[in-house]
Amino acid sequence: MTNYFAYLNLKRLPALLVVFLLAVILPIVRAAWGFAQEPDRGDAIVSGSIADASTLIPILASDSASSEVCGLLYNGLVKYDKDLQLVGDLAESWEIQDEGLTIVFHLRRNVVWHDGRPFTARDVEFTYQKLIDPQVRTPYGGDFERVKALEVPDEFTVRVTYKEAFAPALSSWGMPILPRHVLEKEDLNTTRFARQPIGLGPYRFKSWKTQEKIELISNPAYFEHQPFIDRAIYRVIPDVSTIFLELQTQGLDSAGLTPLQFTRQTDTAFFKTHYRKFRLPSFTYVYLGYNLDHPFFRDKKVRQALNHAVDKDEIIRIVHLGLGTVCTGPFIPGSWAYNDRVKPAAFAPALARQLLAEAGWRDTDADGWLDKEGKPFSFTVITNQGNEERIRSAEIIQRRLKEIGVEMKIKVLEWSVFIHQFVNKRKFEAVILGWSLPREPDNFDIWHSSKTREGEFNFVGYSNPEVDTALVEARKIFDPEKRKIYYQRVHQLLYEDQPYMFLYVPDSLSVLHNRFRGVKPAPAGIGYNFIDWWVEKSRQRYRLTP
Amino acid sequence: MSTYIIRRLLGIIPLLFGITVVSFFIIRLAPGKPVAVEQSLNPRVSPELRLRLEKQFGLDKPLHVQYLIWMKQIVRLDFGRSYIDSRPVMEKIAERIPLTLGLNLAALVLIFLIAVPLGVRSAIKADSAFDHSVTFLSFLFFAAPTFWLALLFMQFFSIQLGWFPISGLTSLDFEYFSAWGKAGDSIRHLFLPVFVAAIGGFAGLTRYMRSNMIEALRQPYIATARAKGLPESAVLYSHALRNALLPVVTILGLSIPGLLGGSVIFESIFALPGIGRLFYEAVMTRDYPLIMAEVVITAVLTMLGNLIADISYACVDPRISYKER
Repeated sequence: MTNYFAYLNLKRLPALLVVFLLAVILPIVRAAWGFAQEPDRGDAIVSGSIADASTLIPILASDSASSEVCGLLYNGLVKYDKDLQLVGDLAESWEIQDEGLTIVFHLRRNVVWHDGRPFTARDVEFTYQKLIDPQVRTPYGGDFERVKALEVPDEFTVRVTYKEAFAPALSSWGMPILPRHVLEKEDLNTTRFARQPIGLGPYRFKSWKTQEKIELISNPAYFEHQPFIDRAIYRVIPDVSTIFLELQTQGLDSAGLTPLQFTRQTDTAFFKTHYRKFRLPSFTYVYLGYNLDHPFFRDKKVRQALNHAVDKDEIIRIVHLGLGTVCTGPFIPGSWAYNDRVKPAAFAPALARQLLAEAGWRDTDADGWLDKEGKPFSFTVITNQGNEERIRSAEIIQRRLKEIGVEMKIKVLEWSVFIHQFVNKRKFEAVILGWSLPREPDNFDIWHSSKTREGEFNFVGYSNPEVDTALVEARKIFDPEKRKIYYQRVHQLLYEDQPYMFLYVPDSLSVLHNRFRGVKPAPAGIGYNFIDWWVEKSRQRYRLTP
Repeated sequence: MSTYIIRRLLGIIPLLFGITVVSFFIIRLAPGKPVAVEQSLNPRVSPELRLRLEKQFGLDKPLHVQYLIWMKQIVRLDFGRSYIDSRPVMEKIAERIPLTLGLNLAALVLIFLIAVPLGVRSAIKADSAFDHSVTFLSFLFFAAPTFWLALLFMQFFSIQLGWFPISGLTSLDFEYFSAWGKAGDSIRHLFLPVFVAAIGGFAGLTRYMRSNMIEALRQPYIATARAKGLPESAVLYSHALRNALLPVVTILGLSIPGLLGGSVIFESIFALPGIGRLFYEAVMTRDYPLIMAEVVITAVLTMLGNLIADISYACVDPRISYKER
């Protein structure tokens, strides 16, 4: 009997230990890790935006405010995850067949639109038809005109055949899908749907007051799970000073900051108690582009010299208060296409002067400015009004170039005039502008030598046969491991050729109320897991209905 | 009187025609083009799409043809659709009118409530300490930039004291408030904007009122009124003030087009969806239909404002009449 007892006790010991672990130690560990309890539902997030959306039909929207709201209302077939890898979204999986000529998407089966109707392959087909319809004012038709045929073998399969293998095609299917049953008989350009959309994303549309606010409500039927935060509200506040004052009364939960606000004005006790600051790369870069048809800039040596003459760290330090990184090429730093072996050129004015002398630029008349064949080295850089950072960068470059005897004049132009009269017509000597860094690294439209007609984007007139070939070849390969060889080569060649003086990648600076939990910064930023954010009941600030 | 009004109204038509011709051509000939789809210099937007859009908007036709097409629409009161979001231009303007009109009316009333008594009192006590401090303050507020005053007031009244919200029109839970709650919420949101708008405007009118009143007090009929022993209040308020107010009527008439005008800076600071920002953005993006609609509205309002000022002259000043001679 006693034996039996002892036996039982011994036998139970591990089980007791497990219970003890579960009951006592685990919660402590979990609390320490920050996921102590089940997420609470409720509350709202109020974001400040300097511009209003223009339309909530994603295939017509070309501004960032519209795209941001559309991001919560709709989904595409694929998406980029937190590590910037392409993963399935509405498509559960896909296959690439016939050496890249065909992509077959297998769609999720449990997805419903916000009005309760099921999502099917017909919606994908409909969205595609609208994207290639010449009457529809979509800026995104280009990628889809390469499609030879789109077939729907069954309700949950989409088979896309291309005229030739086109690797960027896969990411182009991140384009949000529109509901066929609602829009079938509508004119997409003028429909009311643009202001009362029906999507299938984590949030449903509730209201839109022009230039005031857009309000969304969580979708209980969302296929991943219902978001924990009940409402997402975008408030339009065009002035950055007002946004900052609103933060000081906790009127906004999330907003962008200027470098000055980030470093100097948010170091107060108030901000530390109520907000969390985020500093993440911005997926954009700023550059000075040369008109390569201009006699001064035809010689690669001159462009390399100018690159040595300008201190990019200084620009970042002064213009962005140190919040940015030196840019060496048109790819997201740290992404697979980016070439780590390309190092920024040293700031070396003496070397710059030597290179210029080798190219024939000397100060023969001793007036302080370099000259060649009787012409002084003097050119004008243009940039657009309203972007203080570009104007200030120009001023710093101007001073550094003056030190090596090169005169750079600065002309600031209103945006529409700047684009139409100067950039599109290639009527400039040098230009300061920025590009965004898309997650899909295909850069064909910016660097291929065929893209120099009026209004196209190789407006500097860059032409390098090796870059041309690499850009064409890279488009045919789907495997990033093989594709990256081409892009890393392009990166290296571009930095050597210096068609642009690559300046910097600014950091994107933002602030978020610290009651939100589950926020995990990643290479993609913080918004990627928004549906998992939550607020403890006791700290919630807004109720859905009183 | 009525024939006069009809004649003036008919006169508006050729004038309006002239204004639209001139502004249509100036706007089209100004450098730049509509930038609807290429706001962000998007490499995904091909030049072909841009040409297709220009064709859809009819921008490939000769200018005079474009004008005739526009004119044909206008006589049917169709102002077209915006290039930016394809919404009817009139719908875009109409949704901005209540706020702009309400704000400007409230500010105008406040301006008159402050400026008329202040100006009159300054005139009666000309060169006193009161007069000098009013002069000093009016010039101070007149010279202070609105955006700076607005930020100072937000900092003080909203952040330090917490009396008013900083920006916007309504609270986030506005729709759940009771009727009284809604009214209170709107007033709290609009107080600072109206106050700031009025503070910049009252200075001019105060000065104007003061000099009119001083001028009136110098007139012989005031001496006569005093000589026949009228009480001072009757002299000031029924004789001098009535005459001093006459020119103010002109100002009222001239402020009619301003009632639908907005200020970009002001609306941006307070995050108000007013008409000023709508037209500023229209000009920056060369949204031609929207710009032309604004030109027509402002022109019509200005001409009507002048007409109303002239008519009210006749009503308040018996010396003026528009009877057929």
